[in-house]
Amino acid sequence: MTASRKTIPGFGLTMGITTSYLGFFVLLPMISLALRAADLSLGEIVSVATDARVLSSYRVSFGCSLLAAAINAVFGTMLAWVLVRYRFPGRRMIDGLVELPFALPTAVAGIALTSLTADKGWIGAPLARLGIAVAYTRAGIVVALVFVTLPFVVRSIQPVLEELSPDYEEAGRTLGAGGFTIFRRVVLPELRPALLTGFSLAFARGLGEYGSVIFIAGNRPFRTEIAPLMIVTRLEEFMYGQATAVALFMLLASFAVMFLVNRLQIRAAAFAGG
Amino acid sequence: MSRRVAMVLALLFLFGQVAAGRVLADQELTNVSYDPTRELYEAYNEAFARHWAGLGKGDVTVVQSHGGSAKQARSVIEGNEADVVTLARAIDVTAIEEAGLIGKGWQGRLARNSCPYTSTIVFLVRKGNPKGIRDWGDLAREGVGVITPNPKTSGGARWNYLAAWAWADAQYGHDDARNEEFVKKVFDNVLVLDSGARGSTNTFVQNGQGDVLLAWENEAYLSLAERPGEFEIVTPPTSILAEPPVALVDSYVDKKGTRELATAYLEYLYSDEGQRIAGSHYYRPGNPEIIKEFSGYFDLSLKLVTIDDPLFGGWEAAQSRHFSDGGVFDRIYSR
Repeated sequence: MTASRKTIPGFGLTMGITTSYLGFFVLLPMISLALRAADLSLGEIVSVATDARVLSSYRVSFGCSLLAAAINAVFGTMLAWVLVRYRFPGRRMIDGLVELPFALPTAVAGIALTSLTADKGWIGAPLARLGIAVAYTRAGIVVALVFVTLPFVVRSIQPVLEELSPDYEEAGRTLGAGGFTIFRRVVLPELRPALLTGFSLAFARGLGEYGSVIFIAGNRPFRTEIAPLMIVTRLEEFMYGQATAVALFMLLASFAVMFLVNRLQIRAAAFAGG
Repeated sequence: MSRRVAMVLALLFLFGQVAAGRVLADQELTNVSYDPTRELYEAYNEAFARHWAGLGKGDVTVVQSHGGSAKQARSVIEGNEADVVTLARAIDVTAIEEAGLIGKGWQGRLARNSCPYTSTIVFLVRKGNPKGIRDWGDLAREGVGVITPNPKTSGGARWNYLAAWAWADAQYGHDDARNEEFVKKVFDNVLVLDSGARGSTNTFVQNGQGDVLLAWENEAYLSLAERPGEFEIVTPPTSILAEPPVALVDSYVDKKGTRELATAYLEYLYSDEGQRIAGSHYYRPGNPEIIKEFSGYFDLSLKLVTIDDPLFGGWEAAQSRHFSDGGVFDRIYSR
């Protein structure tokens, strides 16, 4: 007991603050969410949350968020690599730009991306000639989510990359490994935990994103309707219980995905260690 | 001695003046409104402040809040202490009434169902009206791209849907199945279903999507004014009378002691000046004399159905039949 007190001074106090902090800002809102849904019977909750249109909105939300997070995992890593490993003029500015999606109100981002990618926009018009539509399709949703969630991946990976000494790579090279092998066997195992964290953060953020997506999605039922919109729709109707039912299912599903990602991470870590 | 008394009295008087002045200067009123009234109330608040000061009642600052109508109603219910609400639909005010913040029978307190100004649903089309859209029936034609907000998330858009329904009902001889088939066709033509009116306007005006935007008349005129020469307004022969009501939030005005001010604020909307401000912001003034001054841009021959028409039977009935979960609107979009 005394030993642990010495290692973590004020353990009782900090632990108390931690639990009440979490309780107040995380647990309490969750409980009130659950209580709101309690207006409905379990059967009603299930029937609301498994309505065909709601199910299709889950598919859109989960599919687009996963894809956006995956895209960011690849290109975000590349971006982080360039920012950490190379020195070039304007590096600091690019580094700052990465955070722009955090600072910009997402609705503004959504409107800007929509007018760019609509079939009369700068990017949308040439694409439209090739028969590719971005705005008002699922592709548009992915574009908005990639924008919004980019900082999560980059900022998760950057500090790890900074710690990762190029010596290891050189060691690999002297042992005769090629670039790809070094990346796969040396860099990636080190990056994996941070990459997974960034990926899951991006994915979770994408699931809940409303402000930007709502402008670019077109919101057509069964095609581009996202789950948060189904929640807002019910709130607009003053149907708090039903809105919460949809939200609860979403929460459970994202918990499941996060759990899976975490398992993956643990297994990967064990694999790398062994 | 008497000089000292006089001094004290003079000082007290001065203090009183300052205090009274401060009380007067501190008058503040919160008006929780919906999105497209931003410009209207900017102008009206100035006019009302002048009017109020002119009565010798001191300065008043009006704090405005805008957003989706139902969302705004919800914020008031959840503790946004509005003195007055000026929303898109009576049912949103009724929701606040049901929460116990507004007295029963609020809609009878002010003239014309507590609606100082009204509007209607018109079509905004591209210059020259290339698709020849004249009436509601044209919206269901193949190849016509329609832009409207989602009636489920936008209070304003419910009028769009109901106007289409009313047209179909008259056209097809009160046959509900055919009405439903018609609105389904219209919504099959909807290219982008934005969550709010401003989003739809943006989609149609800025991003160039679709051939026709279903819009409130005042919004359509704003788009016309913003981008002259790009669009035209088509007023269909029949439409719906959109009645955005205003109400005092009893609980909050009593708590804050602003009842007199808030009452005057709403009543002045009915004054000649208030009515002209509404008219110049493209809302139809309720005063039958003043609306004539604006006949240049209001088609006064337009046949307007109201929400209290037996066809709809008031907001509550229309709401539960058309927009509730599993209602007609959900059926249109089910598989």
